[in-house]
Amino acid sequence: MQQEDIYAEINSIRNLMERSSKFISLSGLSGILAGIYALIGAAVGYTMIYREHSGLRLRDHYANDPLVYWPLFLVALGVLVLSLITGVWLSARNAHKKGQSFWNPGSKRLIASVSVPLISGGLFILILIFRGEYGIIAPASLLFYGLALVAGSNYTFSDVKWLGLLEIALGLIASLFPGYGLIFWSIGFGVLHILYGSIMHFKYDR
Amino acid sequence: MKISLEQFDKAFENRIRLQVMSVLVANDYYDFNSLKELLGVTDGNLASHLKALEKEEYITVTKSFIGRKPNTQYSASDKGRTAFKKHLEALENLIRQQKG
Repeated sequence: MQQEDIYAEINSIRNLMERSSKFISLSGLSGILAGIYALIGAAVGYTMIYREHSGLRLRDHYANDPLVYWPLFLVALGVLVLSLITGVWLSARNAHKKGQSFWNPGSKRLIASVSVPLISGGLFILILIFRGEYGIIAPASLLFYGLALVAGSNYTFSDVKWLGLLEIALGLIASLFPGYGLIFWSIGFGVLHILYGSIMHFKYDR
Repeated sequence: MKISLEQFDKAFENRIRLQVMSVLVANDYYDFNSLKELLGVTDGNLASHLKALEKEEYITVTKSFIGRKPNTQYSASDKGRTAFKKHLEALENLIRQQKG
């Protein structure tokens, strides 16, 4: 056996170990798009809360006004659904390009580990809405989303862990500044996603 | 330059067997169809290599059904994990020896 053969052998083993246990077709582009949806959603939300008065921006509503709360909730839900559809679609396309199936042990484990914090967070936020605790919804969504990413990062690119830790930090900071939820939400779901998606796209997709 | 393969595990001489083992070491368990797809091998080929590894007691097999479809899960035994680690160490040693 030649020395290069051994190197090739060890490399192929390493590659196989990683490929078999992780879902590595996660699309960077879908991260960028999810970030853009979130920013558009935040802008729509902003116009619901603030209105221009002869050059001055005045706050018409607070986010805890029930009149504005449900539309705001629907906008957030729309952003979430659209992001999920884009993510699944582009990642499936990515997997197909690499000759892998989208539904493999890696993706199953990724979904299983992400869903526990995500579903508990979703239920928690619904409870917060029904109890009228509007002020901590934005921080809670950032926190649980960050926890889900950290939990899932074992089964995909390890970069996801850093995104998760940043979302958690942002969620904690947001909970210290009530009234600025929309801004932190835009940074966490908009700006961070666009940054992360671009990095992933150039690092792995090309 | 030729290297003798005496210190290597005979069970891992075959490439597919080594590949199967590396997948099972990296994962708690793996099912037959996913293995087949990942390695790009035929049913019969994979089955015979799995049988060989099972005979060495390097892997354990759990058979069950999902609905009516058979679902066979494979996982690495402790013996298999140790053998795999030794085999990799032997490979790495070879490289080190050649450098030195």
